[in-house]
Amino acid sequence: MPTTGAPTKLTQGSQARGGIGASTLRPDGTLKVTGEFAFASDMWHEDMLWGQTLRSTVAHAEIVSIDTSQALATPGVYAVMTYDDLPTDVRTYGLEIQDTPVLAHGKVRHHGEPVALVAADHPETARRAAAKIDVEYRELPVITDEASALAPDAVLVHENRDDLPQGPPASDGPGGTPIAGHVPHPNIVHRQPIVRGDVEAARERADVIVEGEYTFGMQDQAFLGPESGLAVPEEDGGVHLYIATQWLHADLRQIAPVLGLPETKVRMTLAGVGGAFGGREDLSMQIHACLLALRTGKPVKIVYNRFESFFGHVHRHPAKLRYEHGATKDGKLTHMKCRIVLDGGAYASTSAAVVGNASSLSAGPYAVDAVDIEALALYTNNPPCGAMRGFGAVQACFAYEAQMDRLAQRLGLDPVEFRQLNAMEQGTLMPTGQPVDSPAPVAELLRRVKAMPMPPERDWESSEGADVRQLPGGLSNTTHGEGVVRGVGYAVGIKNVGFSEGFDDYSTARVRMEVIGGEPVATVHTAMAEVGQGGVTVHAQIARTELGVAQVTIHPADTRVGSAGSTSASRQTYVTGGAVKNACERVRERVLEIGRRKFGSYHPAWATAELLLEHGRVVTDGGEILADLADVLDDEVVEAEEEWRHRPTEPFDPHTGQGNGHVQYSFAAHRAVVDVDTELGLVKVVELACAQDVGKALNPLSVIGQIQGGTTQGLGIAVMEEIVVDPRTAKVRNPSFTDYLIPTILDTPPMPVDVLELADEHAPYGLRGVGEAPTLSSTPAVLAAIRDATGLELNRTPVRPEHLTGTG
Amino acid sequence: MDFLRPASWEEALAAKAEHPAAVPIAGGTDVMVEINFGHRRPDHLLDLNRIGELAEWESGADSVRLGASVPYAAIMENLRAELPGLALASHTVASPQIRNRGGVGGNLGTASPAGDAHPALLAAGAEVEAESAARGSRRIPIDDFYTGVKRNALAPDELIRAVHIKKADGPQQYSKVGTRNAMVIAVCAFGLALHPATRTVRTGIGSAAPTPVRAKTAEEFLNAALEEDGLWDNGETITPSVAQRFADLCAAACNPIDDVRGTAGYRRRAVGVMARRTLTWTWESYRGTRRTLKGAA
Amino acid sequence: MRVSLTVNGRPQEADDVWEGESLLYVLRERLGLPGSKNACEQGECGSCTVRLDGVPVCACLVAAGQAEGRDVVTVEGLADHARQRAEGGGTRGTGGSETGTPLRDAQRWKAEGGDSRTGEGTELSPIQQAFLEAGAVQCGFCTPGLLVMADELLERNPNPADADIREALCGNLCRCTGYEKIMDAVRLAASR
Repeated sequence: MPTTGAPTKLTQGSQARGGIGASTLRPDGTLKVTGEFAFASDMWHEDMLWGQTLRSTVAHAEIVSIDTSQALATPGVYAVMTYDDLPTDVRTYGLEIQDTPVLAHGKVRHHGEPVALVAADHPETARRAAAKIDVEYRELPVITDEASALAPDAVLVHENRDDLPQGPPASDGPGGTPIAGHVPHPNIVHRQPIVRGDVEAARERADVIVEGEYTFGMQDQAFLGPESGLAVPEEDGGVHLYIATQWLHADLRQIAPVLGLPETKVRMTLAGVGGAFGGREDLSMQIHACLLALRTGKPVKIVYNRFESFFGHVHRHPAKLRYEHGATKDGKLTHMKCRIVLDGGAYASTSAAVVGNASSLSAGPYAVDAVDIEALALYTNNPPCGAMRGFGAVQACFAYEAQMDRLAQRLGLDPVEFRQLNAMEQGTLMPTGQPVDSPAPVAELLRRVKAMPMPPERDWESSEGADVRQLPGGLSNTTHGEGVVRGVGYAVGIKNVGFSEGFDDYSTARVRMEVIGGEPVATVHTAMAEVGQGGVTVHAQIARTELGVAQVTIHPADTRVGSAGSTSASRQTYVTGGAVKNACERVRERVLEIGRRKFGSYHPAWATAELLLEHGRVVTDGGEILADLADVLDDEVVEAEEEWRHRPTEPFDPHTGQGNGHVQYSFAAHRAVVDVDTELGLVKVVELACAQDVGKALNPLSVIGQIQGGTTQGLGIAVMEEIVVDPRTAKVRNPSFTDYLIPTILDTPPMPVDVLELADEHAPYGLRGVGEAPTLSSTPAVLAAIRDATGLELNRTPVRPEHLTGTG
Repeated sequence: MDFLRPASWEEALAAKAEHPAAVPIAGGTDVMVEINFGHRRPDHLLDLNRIGELAEWESGADSVRLGASVPYAAIMENLRAELPGLALASHTVASPQIRNRGGVGGNLGTASPAGDAHPALLAAGAEVEAESAARGSRRIPIDDFYTGVKRNALAPDELIRAVHIKKADGPQQYSKVGTRNAMVIAVCAFGLALHPATRTVRTGIGSAAPTPVRAKTAEEFLNAALEEDGLWDNGETITPSVAQRFADLCAAACNPIDDVRGTAGYRRRAVGVMARRTLTWTWESYRGTRRTLKGAA
Repeated sequence: MRVSLTVNGRPQEADDVWEGESLLYVLRERLGLPGSKNACEQGECGSCTVRLDGVPVCACLVAAGQAEGRDVVTVEGLADHARQRAEGGGTRGTGGSETGTPLRDAQRWKAEGGDSRTGEGTELSPIQQAFLEAGAVQCGFCTPGLLVMADELLERNPNPADADIREALCGNLCRCTGYEKIMDAVRLAASR
């Protein structure tokens, strides 16, 4: 193979023997600590070219002309491509709605939209050539918010939408556009109402009513490994793409038609992925690299720099949320009304599903019988928004948890006790009417997180004076204790696990067992995108548990095996893990069949006992050893490929939002302790404690890593992270790590974690998806703590020093 | 692009004379960012790393001659006593990796209002030693050095050789506001130096005006107030009203803008808070020193 | 231009280097050492941290020409570097040593297709081993820079307080772990 850094099989044997429940080490860990693990940006091929993308410098404009002649004339340039050079009539793509142009045609709809491509022999040559492409824009007014999107004379972001539901239009929209009932305007991507119970009657019973308006900023996934990949043209006219993504098969489905190739001629192999968090669900440079490779006949590598990465992927939807809650004076919720407006930006991405989550989870982990909910996502000329860890549930949690604190305050109740009074339990009905049919230990998680010991006060004091590293402002030396006030806050959240609303959410796994060097070895082959979460570790553990082997080989993820679905929605351990388990069970059955055939006559237990594979042997459930696997298999190879699905879900009713839309729920609670410099508005998070129910921790070390990582991303959106878009121009103002700040190790506090394991009987091993829930409650807990310290209302996140000092 | 690698200071001056548009590069922490992102494509890069003397410093009777490329890490480690304000400022610069490479010469050359060293240099009092092949060496007082946003008093053929910074004759402090607890560009910054020898105070403000500035009215007010109440001699505390007036005058010396890092209103407020706090810290330190000396005598 | 330098104890040369190239680009694309990572290229993330004449720096901000004649240690050479330190062989100027990746291999290391490898049995430095065991590695993109930085911290300060660890590593961004396991790893390596 001429490609350097192509992923290889990972075999774990001598050092890691643990099955599920053990904290076995990552099979890719040694490669990662020695620098040998090949990330997508490390791929290299002889004679490879470098691809460069020219992006729009304005947010909304007609493209009057594109002149590529000077770029093409640059020595070292092999190809320049624009929309006109696309090989087929399929020139758009999209995960849910196919509305995103491969290259801009006639119009650009957001700042940083891809307009042209260059391939050259050096990245600097490619950059210079791209800069020589002359694009003339005629600027259009920008749609930036709900008011401008729905104004009577609003420009339509997508003037010829063809994704709207068929059937007789409920009314005529601007320009005679047919409008479906639940998408009342073409600048609305999707809308989901949910109504249940008699809200007006319930409202009458309320002793207190709390209303609030909340704003949630645009967060970036900020994975550290920028978008990158290598496309290698193949002799059969196809292309092999080595790529960092979250879902190989979804990429393939979108790429192949644009290239005019059958899916069999587009081979996809997962290259090392430097984090994802939702930002790699949509395509970035995949099609571009393939187009350039097929055009030039040479391998083409594209690596975004950090600036480009901010334009290369979707972000977390910013949101405006309006809530009304009522409660009786003894602290029981009567009703909830809310309206959640998400800014989807210029292209749909996963906005519709985000709307589904935001609406269905908008009441939080609370029992409330009467709800009137509306969530919608807009088309605007802001940066496109889509998937990010927590997916719609994050924005809602920030708002409903603020409401809970305000209600508790109005009622004179302790905020934790008030939440516990209203906490949902197994059997509680969701606003969608769906019963929660597995453990929902909301009150218990709150109890546990509250019971953790508090961190010491004034820990920054020492005999030598104040240690500024432990104070707000840190190394910047802004306070030696002056103005510093402590605050404590709590929050809890609910996240769905897996793909919802009737989506056929399945995974495929191929498991093979054979004897190598006298030892039984299992090989697990899936298309699961390992993005850092530790799925490969868990697959090896499952194979050990189910097949009783020590040595497990993880085959590189590629499209030579069926889809493993997306590494998102906290679903991979559940669904692909379930598929691996299922395939292992099939292999085990076949191995036992072989055993019965060969050795059945020697021992009656082969026919009568429950047989297990343990420690390389076939044993009875009573522990009696029947045979070595090596003897059973000899030179036979047993292989099984299985698809596995979680329980089916149904779509939400478009008008009432009723329906069994979700598979499983995941719960986490946080307690935040902060020190706030109230004069300068600077925050030091002192501790962020978390309690989470994980059903069953397949790998406890990885579970805690997920919880702490998710918690920290929630901390980031609480106090620093925000993509700032200029409301006049819709241009991004801070596309760099200089001005888009993510927490450093000095911003991140100790994070004690209490893991609860209440099995969900519907899930493999009873497990519960882990990755997202901690991102939800961390943010509102930090906000609650800051409110506790300052007494301010703080209806917006992230909180900036301006908001704490009245200088905004 | 040409990469010029002078082996001596004289060669560097000659190269700069021949190519006045050549961009000097030492720590690379500004220049390489611009090159990596295609924001700057100079015809010549002038590497100063091979000129050993630029990374050296000498401590004289009244001042420290600090080579232009002495890394911030070395200032923090070795010059805390002589240049306490600059040492504190150095500690707030970016990350350990950057502090190992970047130096004051780069901050001065770039002359960004957000450069971390500027307020400390203004407060301590300093002169920039600039040199050209044609006209030789000259010293530019720090108060005259900053001429506009990212502009300074250097001529095109000049290079910064060193900075002469007054050795501390009293307590100095430095404080910087950013929205992260480490590795952050200043939203605004404040430096304060007490000069008991001359019975004066000097200030420096960063990121709150088109250039780094001193709060001269505030300095004059405080100088007079300290004198009037005999505080330099009697070592009593500064009253809250004097401290607040000083803080207000420092805030008034700002001419900030709203940008993505912070609002003008916040910058003014933060400069005031930092002025009051650093005054308290330095003055308490001064009083503590006096008491210790008294006790010792 | 041509750039000659010592990397992980081996003399290396790169030809046809564009004058605006960074040391990081030369290491990754010309010398076959992609271990140092390219996450921001503006000194804000620490993923490209290497030792330059012993001092940790961001390789993205060192012009290739500035590395001429200098001694560089990358994550790929960290285990050797740590072993030589442990053997009292000094930590700088390791040029000419017979250990380390041979030049031929270093210029184009390859993860050969078909071979199985997890690196089990690979000799690791104490900090590498501790990162692995403590769960400090998730996606692994920040890991090389953190390892170089943490190794240098322990070289200077074998017994750092938590605040010292945080201060030393505050120039290295990690997006996956929340840093807790990284703290654990450095504590673990220090305790050994």
